[in-house]
Amino acid sequence: MSSPTGPSTRNTFLGMPAVPPRSPYGTGHLRGERAFPEAAQDELGNEQLRRNLGRATHSIRAKRLALTGELPDWEQLRDAGSAIKTDTMNRLPELLEQLEQKVTEHGGTVHWARDGVEANEIVARLVKNTGSDEVIKVKSMATQETGLNEHLASEGITAHETDLAELIVQLADDRPSHILVPAIHRNRDEIREIFLKEIPGIDPGLDTVPAHLAAAARAYLREKFMTTRVAVSGANFGIAETGTLSVVESEGNGRMCLTLPETLITVMGIEKVLPRFQDLEVFLQLLPRSSTGERMNPYTSMWTGVTPGDGPQDFHLVLLDNGRTAALADRIGREALHCIRCSACLNVCPVYERTGGHAYGSTYPGPIGAVLTPQLAGMHGAGDDPNSSLPYASSLCGACFDACPVKIDIPSLLVELRHQHTEESGSTAEGLAMKAAAAVMKRPKLFTAAQKAAGLGRVLAGRDGTLSRLPAPFDGWSDSRDTPAPPKQSFRSWLASPEGAATMRAAAAEGAPHTDDAPEAP
Amino acid sequence: MTATARETVLRRVRDALTLSSHPPEVEIPRAYRTGRTLPDEERLALFVDRLLDYKGRVHRCTADGTAAVLAEVLHGHRARRVGVPAGLDPAWLAAFDGEVVTDSPDIPAPRLDALDGVVTASAVSCAETGTVFLDGAAADQGRRALTLVPDLHVCVVDLSSVEAGVPEALARLRPTSPLTLISGPSATSDIELERVEGVHGPRTLEVVIRTDV
Ligand code: SF4
Repeated sequence: MSSPTGPSTRNTFLGMPAVPPRSPYGTGHLRGERAFPEAAQDELGNEQLRRNLGRATHSIRAKRLALTGELPDWEQLRDAGSAIKTDTMNRLPELLEQLEQKVTEHGGTVHWARDGVEANEIVARLVKNTGSDEVIKVKSMATQETGLNEHLASEGITAHETDLAELIVQLADDRPSHILVPAIHRNRDEIREIFLKEIPGIDPGLDTVPAHLAAAARAYLREKFMTTRVAVSGANFGIAETGTLSVVESEGNGRMCLTLPETLITVMGIEKVLPRFQDLEVFLQLLPRSSTGERMNPYTSMWTGVTPGDGPQDFHLVLLDNGRTAALADRIGREALHCIRCSACLNVCPVYERTGGHAYGSTYPGPIGAVLTPQLAGMHGAGDDPNSSLPYASSLCGACFDACPVKIDIPSLLVELRHQHTEESGSTAEGLAMKAAAAVMKRPKLFTAAQKAAGLGRVLAGRDGTLSRLPAPFDGWSDSRDTPAPPKQSFRSWLASPEGAATMRAAAAEGAPHTDDAPEAP
Repeated sequence: MTATARETVLRRVRDALTLSSHPPEVEIPRAYRTGRTLPDEERLALFVDRLLDYKGRVHRCTADGTAAVLAEVLHGHRARRVGVPAGLDPAWLAAFDGEVVTDSPDIPAPRLDALDGVVTASAVSCAETGTVFLDGAAADQGRRALTLVPDLHVCVVDLSSVEAGVPEALARLRPTSPLTLISGPSATSDIELERVEGVHGPRTLEVVIRTDV
């Protein structure tokens, strides 16, 4: 059975809901080339990456904890954030129409894109209409997802990334490895090398002091800001009530792109809409503290359509579906769409910390990427689609759930995705989970450390809290009965407990071969 | 008839909601802190603490002392050519002996680059986060490029416009004005997470708080 997809979709007859299509296969950056365990293996060999990542994630994490602890109403803000997102998803059609109406009233033009290909075509056409063959870009997940830069290049348009980290990644012909700090896998020596090689006319005496490297980027980009007539941005929030769009940033490159060019094109996923201007009071407290561990990021820009005499006089908003409606139709995907891309879940994830972002193969790495990517782009086939391996790229320790400012229960969503996948593929969740876990958690000590909270019990248990199947060697026993899942406990510590020991004895008594080997080494 | 992208996306959203059986309406629990008021000294102390923490520089003065303090601050940066929005109170720069350039939409951005600094008023501030809010539609705050391109931004804040928290500050803004929220100078942590001040926006933020306004 195929679902209707792409620009050729016709309205046959109304009233019969069809499952909305996923992001089309083979376009954009929502699918890697290799399955997670395989890609992770390679990244694990990269000591530099692991050191950088370890330092970075621990440091952001400590700052985040200190600053969220500072607010006595942090939990109430999370509750509000979560509810606003639920409300948004429930009322998405009317909110999108309202946003469109308000943006149009204020002199902007709204475009709709069924998928990434269509969004890229719209942007390329708009750029061409201005007569420019280059654009400056604010860091944007949506255009990374659609592969906009590559498409523009194929149309003869040069896209200049202006976020320092995105610039480093772009100059090195590399891929981002983190939502917030995309070049975190590079150190200062590498960055100096990249600049010396790629920035025309740079001072050959440039050293590796970060302030000097940043100054070199400033000088290089300033000329682009002053001369480029078209900018492309994403949006952190779009307010339906007023038509206001917002970009949250640090460097001022966002302000430059949003202010100096004649034409501004903003690409926004349809899930980024918020009902009311007042809702920003919640998200402007949740986002910076969760993201960079700051009370507020240095700069936030808000604009509504076009303001005569101030900023771009030609404004276009591209509303992007690209699998979001498919996610919305699914209970799991719907919750994953609440994500505000703060990256807190990446920074607490033991699996991400070891593999880095590239192993996930998607614009969205880490715990939320493992949920969101298969929701947007699907999991095809049994074993050979890299996206099918993503729900297993987690130890389900629960840290991501605790960190998430909008309370997305990522571990439970991963468990449900595993169930969905195994139902289709016929493989066992345990086997795939073990393979992914083993790839990352080679040494039992590390593995144990990662299993701090809910642990492997959650890998295997559904949301009803029972284990329907135990891993080999206990599967013969569990085939015929349910085992209560050990909540808030690692599988290892559960096995070591009297209850676990009793289960093992029972399993052994029923004929499963007894082994001292823990199940993480298949 | 071929459906437009707009019709298709909206139909997909409606279908998705129907398929996932339209969850019930939710009440938004707004139990977080709103409507906070703090006495002047406390608000001031909190605001100053947060500004300093994010590498802003702070001065205090009375309304009468504004011109003297601004002249001193600009002198400290050896600023000779200073941009101002058209609606800025001219008395503020009465003690400044350099050149004052009044901004207008016709001045192209590269020419703003030649300014040594810019002086503006502000709409509202948030003490808890050390954030100054600029309303681009207000005549004394100017268009957004003016406070962006020069390397020094001197911003005058009246204590009466400083609110305790984010909700209180946002409630005082006009949502459809071009708004810029500024918390300290431009900064990046993209190179090995080492914080560097001043990438593309102003490298220096000087906040002059008028305590009797
Ligand atoms: S899932 Fe939550 S923690 Fe992770 S990036 Fe999204 S909002 Fe942040």
